[in-house]
Amino acid sequence: MLKLEDVHTYYGYSHILQGLSFSVPKGKCVALLGRNGAGKTTTIHSIAGLTPPRTGRISYLDKPISGLPPYKIARHGIGLVPQGRRIFPSLTIRENLIVPAKDSRQTEAGQKKWDLEAVFELFPVLKEREQNMGTQLSGGQQQMLAIGRALMTNPQCILMDEPSEGLAPVIIEQVGEIITRLKDTGLSILLVEQNFYLACGAADHVLVMSKGQIVWQGSPTELLANEEIQHQYLGV
Amino acid sequence: MATSILFMHILNGLAYGMLLFMIAAGLSIIFGLMNIVNLAHGAFYLGGVYIAYSLVQQNLGFWLAMIASIVLVAGLGVLMERFLLERVYGKELEQVLLTFGLSFIFADLVKWIWGTSPLALPVPSSLDVSLDMGGTMFPAYRLFVILVGCLLAVLLWYMENKTRIGAIIRAGVDDRQMLSALGINIKVVFTSIFAVGAALAGLSGVLGGPIMGMYVGIDSEILVSSLVIVVVGGLGTWKGAFIGAILVGLVDTLGRVWFPSLTMAMVFVIMIIVLLIKPNGLFGRGAHA
Ligand SMILES: Nc1ncnc2c1ncn2[C@@H]1O[C@H](COP(=O)(O)OP(=O)(O)OP(=O)(O)O)[C@@H](O)[C@H]1O
Ligand SMILES: [Mg+2]
Repeated sequence: MLKLEDVHTYYGYSHILQGLSFSVPKGKCVALLGRNGAGKTTTIHSIAGLTPPRTGRISYLDKPISGLPPYKIARHGIGLVPQGRRIFPSLTIRENLIVPAKDSRQTEAGQKKWDLEAVFELFPVLKEREQNMGTQLSGGQQQMLAIGRALMTNPQCILMDEPSEGLAPVIIEQVGEIITRLKDTGLSILLVEQNFYLACGAADHVLVMSKGQIVWQGSPTELLANEEIQHQYLGV
Repeated sequence: MATSILFMHILNGLAYGMLLFMIAAGLSIIFGLMNIVNLAHGAFYLGGVYIAYSLVQQNLGFWLAMIASIVLVAGLGVLMERFLLERVYGKELEQVLLTFGLSFIFADLVKWIWGTSPLALPVPSSLDVSLDMGGTMFPAYRLFVILVGCLLAVLLWYMENKTRIGAIIRAGVDDRQMLSALGINIKVVFTSIFAVGAALAGLSGVLGGPIMGMYVGIDSEILVSSLVIVVVGGLGTWKGAFIGAILVGLVDTLGRVWFPSLTMAMVFVIMIIVLLIKPNGLFGRGAHA
């Protein structure tokens, strides 16, 4: 449902994404792995419209979205869970959740409709502390808030940028469970990760990225068996 | 000095502070949200009072003239943001040049249309009385201005802290890019806030006309004081603008009574002291990304 074709993105003169092509099928979780600076965040930002690609095509549900302003891309049904979570510090937990644009798109049959109640049901801890400031939460809870906030736009596809970053191993396990549960509701997920095992646990398909290009792709089991790729590109 | 006279000066200072608050509130929130120092913000004050003057001359009556003038000034703000400022977002030097230049253009425009001799907007007749306050007479109109300022502060505080719109604006001050990735059209937010800021400055002009008089040059005087308030109160908060404006209004007014030649210096000394203790201003949240 989300498709990138020969995408090139630049920061000024630095050529970061160098002809990226891949797609995220409906209802699947695709993991994008790679070392620091490989261009994973730039990929996510290119899709979300924050750093629009200079050339190439990005389409969503067969409609071109590259070149649209970020808010329109979000309203097409693409939710962003950014690297570093980026919780709004001057907002309470509840406010962080009500700020996103309410969507007016029709949901397809069988797809879950996300609203405040549904998010609170998924993450009861957010409901308990809804009047606290967002930044008073622990790292793992802030990650839940960032996910909940993205869900409030009622997306059909969600972009997650290193959700396990800076979290304790037990919490990372929980994040893995959350991703699986989201997938079960029918969401398509593009999961950027440095945590190899989390990604292999949650994903249906894995892409390995280096220097702005996809250098390997396959199933999690294939990657787990391929030590060469793991060493060369992921430093496992 | 008799306490009753001191009390009167304090009331005068508060009234002046409220006029400054209406300007500084817009300036501060525009600065915090859009990262733009609008040096032409004083033009909205000028526009407010001069347009109201002409409408009063047409026998429209003070209150109708006030409303019409505020609406026109807000419209002017929308045009200015949409067609001029939008081109210079993120370019600081260009912003300063553009808005500084605009302030001259507007000032000259006012001279051209209304002439250079000082004019006066009459106090609305319903408030043209003095109240006996413990022996001294105090103009009811100034009390009215203080009241309007306080009501406005409460209203803006409520909007900022208790509504979704307010949450969106605070989120925009925190992280504009993230906000747009959540489906919020930041351009519409910018234009609306700019219109509200312009309208508030226009209101300040209309209400200030009968107190401060009307002359070209008042816009820059008021702008300098408002910039001090924004720095003292902290960027992007109505609360900071309110407290800062009361402080500057009182210091300015009492300073004129006791040390007429040092008034402006005192205002800046206050600013320096606040900055030494709290570099982000009294209610500032710190530099944002
Ligand atoms: N704003 C920017 N301006 C210039 N160069 C940038 C900018 N942001 C990132 N880069 C460069 O682009 C390259 C890719 O960065 P990107 O953030 O996409 O990497 P990443 O794969 O997400 O890394 P990490 O795992 O550390 O998050 C890096 O070499 C980085 O230095
Ligand atoms: Mg990254």
